[in-house]
Amino acid sequence: MKPAPFDYVAPASLDEAVSALASGDGDAKVLAGGQSLIPMLALRLARPATLVDINLLPGLDGLREASGMLEIGALVRQRALERWAASRSPLFAEVLRHVAHPPIRNRGTIVGNVVHADPASELPALLLCLEGVVVARGPRGERMIPADRFYRAPLTTALGADELATAVRFTLPPAGAGWGFAEVSRRHGDFALVGAVAVLTRTGDGTVARARLAFFGAGGTPLRGLGGERVLEGRAPSAALLAEAARAAAATLSPDGDIHATAEYRRRVAATLAERTLTAASARWGGPS
Amino acid sequence: MTRTIRVTVNGREHERAVEVRATLAELLRENLDLTGTHVGCEHGVCGACTVLLDGEPVRACLMLAVQADGQRITTIEGLAPADSLHPIQEAFWAKHGLQCGYCTPGIIMSACAFLRERPAPSREEIREMLAGHLCRCTGYHFIVEAIEAAAQALASSSSHRTEKPPKDP
Repeated sequence: MKPAPFDYVAPASLDEAVSALASGDGDAKVLAGGQSLIPMLALRLARPATLVDINLLPGLDGLREASGMLEIGALVRQRALERWAASRSPLFAEVLRHVAHPPIRNRGTIVGNVVHADPASELPALLLCLEGVVVARGPRGERMIPADRFYRAPLTTALGADELATAVRFTLPPAGAGWGFAEVSRRHGDFALVGAVAVLTRTGDGTVARARLAFFGAGGTPLRGLGGERVLEGRAPSAALLAEAARAAAATLSPDGDIHATAEYRRRVAATLAERTLTAASARWGGPS
Repeated sequence: MTRTIRVTVNGREHERAVEVRATLAELLRENLDLTGTHVGCEHGVCGACTVLLDGEPVRACLMLAVQADGQRITTIEGLAPADSLHPIQEAFWAKHGLQCGYCTPGIIMSACAFLRERPAPSREEIREMLAGHLCRCTGYHFIVEAIEAAAQALASSSSHRTEKPPKDP
């Protein structure tokens, strides 16, 4: 057995789960799909005293679409969202296809991936791009944490040690919005070296109403390309303008270098992927997203 | 810390006391003597330990044995009766889709679910599926051919067995 010893509890109610986390004194971890946590236990990068397995909790496996929002409960597997996306959202389908591999997606949860906060992971960037929120339940009740205030550092979020993320909510792109997604990785399903996701909505006269661009693998957290978004909003997206927006978005990035890629490589690829995703998004105007 | 679980593996129910930190792969190999499930990296990267959980492929090293309580698991041993081969196994044999064989059980379990969802996959789709499995011998070419051949064999056989595995014997 590779993980260090831990206590295991599998609470039957949300209140029990929250109190198990609270009594863990910062040394309890939530086990949902386990596809990031169990590797960390096996490598002993994490040695929590207690695992709180939430798989038996009722009411967390819902996938609900209402008034332009998609709410995903903490036990919805990535594969379940992938199946929903196959007929509903080419954007979500394309993003999920790049999240690891089918055997991982069959167990891994959407909420777990978002909360694990790996900076090279696709879903946190999508949450940021679609201005999502994380629904957290703690001893003092429930609160909503917007994606742009959720990510603090690699594997570090605004979620308290005594809080359980019970759901995430994505704002679905409005009808007619265009989208783009691109990443560079060593193999399909690996963590991205760099990636970008973009959504552009348009006005009746063909200008950009709203631009949203987010990067992953380009810093310690997923990052919005705010400078690029501002270049595009209110203007017609010509090839020259899209290129200018991509440069502006990538200009503020300061990625780290590591054994997989240098910082300079990541910055240049980020600019290229920003241009590709923004161009794809403007080309897809009027189609399904 | 141990817990007692009940798990159905290849149609047989087992009750075992397991350490809470033991993985499903350890339960299968060390408690149930089903050593066909191979363990490579033990952190989800190599895919050798892939088994079916209620018909869907999962990494047996990334699931605690306690989490298999009440679940149905199919391993490579459960694909075909002892004296015969499943059509996918047969295709791997015919196309030389393995050399040392360490990665093979995991790939075959993934292929089983993959071909159920995509009965006539393109080579590109097969390669995308195989990205979740490391093979250090073959260079993958013959594995791709084996899966293509398996798809054809399954399509032409009237009683193909990549249906969801039987829930019970």
